[in-house]
Amino acid sequence: MRITELFDNGEFVVTAEVGPPKGISADHVVEEAKTYLSGITAVNVTDNQSSVMRMGSLPACVALKNAGLTPILQLTCRDRNRIALQSELLGAAMLGIDNILCLTGDHTKMGDHPGAKPVFDLDSVSLLHTACQLEKGVDLAGNPLVGEAPKFAKGAVVSPCSDSVDAQLAKMERKVMAGAEYFQTQAVFDSEKFIQFMEKAKQFGKPVQLGVIIPKSAGMAKFMNKNVAGVHVPQWMIDELAADKEKAKAGITGVELAAKVIKECRPYCQGLHIMALGWEAKVPELLKQAGI
Amino acid sequence: MLITELKNKDTILSLVSGKVFIINCHGCKDIHFPEQEAEALQKELAAGGNVTGIFTTDYICNPENLKLRLGYHAEAIAQADMILVFSCGVGVQTVAAAYEDKKVCAACDTYALPGYQGVTPLEHDCKQCGECFLNLTGGICPLTACSKSLVNGQCGGAKDGKCEVDPDMECGWERIMRRLAQVGRLDALKCPVQVRNYATDDEVKSK
Repeated sequence: MRITELFDNGEFVVTAEVGPPKGISADHVVEEAKTYLSGITAVNVTDNQSSVMRMGSLPACVALKNAGLTPILQLTCRDRNRIALQSELLGAAMLGIDNILCLTGDHTKMGDHPGAKPVFDLDSVSLLHTACQLEKGVDLAGNPLVGEAPKFAKGAVVSPCSDSVDAQLAKMERKVMAGAEYFQTQAVFDSEKFIQFMEKAKQFGKPVQLGVIIPKSAGMAKFMNKNVAGVHVPQWMIDELAADKEKAKAGITGVELAAKVIKECRPYCQGLHIMALGWEAKVPELLKQAGI
Repeated sequence: MLITELKNKDTILSLVSGKVFIINCHGCKDIHFPEQEAEALQKELAAGGNVTGIFTTDYICNPENLKLRLGYHAEAIAQADMILVFSCGVGVQTVAAAYEDKKVCAACDTYALPGYQGVTPLEHDCKQCGECFLNLTGGICPLTACSKSLVNGQCGGAKDGKCEVDPDMECGWERIMRRLAQVGRLDALKCPVQVRNYATDDEVKSK
C-alpha cells in the first residue's frame, strides 16, 4: 500500500523510524516493530543512518513486510551512484516495497567509516526526479525499461526549525518540482516555529508529517542543540527535563513534552513521523497521550 | 592545464539582459581560450548596442590585480546591468566576489587537462567540470563551496550557517542563497533539476 493513497483520503498518517542492525539478523528490529509499531501506518527503515554501516534498508524492509508491516525504504545518495540507485529502486518495486523516502544523506565523515568515498552523484532532488523517470518507463539516461513501470509513493524531508528557513523552503519547492509527494520533517520541539513554517509550506500543497523525537534527558537536548542541524530544544523543555531526573529517565517527561508538541501542531499538518531512537516501547504511550 | 570552451550561443544569449560589460581573460600560458569564437560573439552582442565595454586582460584570478585593472573601467561597469566573463571558473568567481551586487555570468565551461596546474591563487577553486554551474549560483561554485558538491540546493546539514563536515567552513549554499538574494536572482533556484555529467570526454559530454 502506498501511503500517498492515505493522505489522499485525508487520513492523519503516522510513521516511525527503525534502524537495521550492524549484523545479519533482523529479528530484533522486526520484533520491536511488531510489538510497538503495529498500530501505526508505516515504518521508515533508515539507510546506513548517520553514515554508520549497517544492514541495508531494502532487506530490512522486506523482513518487516513479511511480518505484516508497511515499510518505507529510505534511500540516500551517499553510497551509490545513479546506476546503483536506479537498480535498487527497481529491486524494491519487484519486492513490493513501494514507499520511498529520498534523501541526500549525511557526509561519510560523520560516520564510522570516515575514510569512505562520499558519492553524491545524485542528490535528494535528482533522486526524486530519477524515480519519476522510472515511473514513466525510462531510466535517467532515457533508455526504456522492460515491462511494467514501477509506481512509488515518493517522500522527501524538510527541516522546519532550521536557522535558514528560506533555504529550506527553496529546497522544498525544488523537491516538489522534482516529484516529491509527501514530506517528513526533522524533529520539532518548538511548535510555534513549526506553525510559522507550515504557513509558508502549505503553498506547495503536499502533505507534511511532523517529525518528533521523545527527548530522553536535558543532556540529550543540549547535545542536539549543539550538534544536530535543524533541531532546537527550547530552554524551558531542558529545564523541565532537568527538574526531575528520575521522571525524565523513565521517559515520562519526554513523552509528555512530545505529546504536547504533537497536540499543538496537529491542526497544521497531515501526519506524524516519530524518530524513537531506541525508545520504540514508548511510542504507544506517546500516541495515547497525544490523542491519536 | 585547462581548456575553456564557449557555452553554446543560445545559452549565452539567454544569460544576457540589459547592458553588459564583457571581460576576457587571456591569462595562463597553459590554457586554451577560444579567442576567435569569443570575439565573433562579442561583436554580435556589441552590434545590439547594449555592450558598455569589452576588456581583455590576464590573470583575473588575482583579486588585487583584477581590482586595479578594472578601476580604469569603473564607469563602463557602473553603467552595465551585468558582467559577462569569458574565462575559467576561477576568474568568474573572482569577478563575482569583487562585484557582489552585480549579476556576473560565465560564458565558458572549463575542462581539465592533465598536467601542471599553474599558479592560480587559491582563494577560489574551479573543479574544471566542463559544465559550469556559476550562472545558477550567483558566481559561487557549488562544487567547491559545498562539501557534498550539491547542485540542487543545500542539504539539511548546516548548523548555525556552518557545514556539518567542517565547522570552520561556511555552508556553501547559504552563501549562494545570500548572493542570489543580493543580486535579485533567487529565481535561479527554480531552474530545472540539475544532474551532473561526469563524462570527461568532450564528445560524450555534448551528446
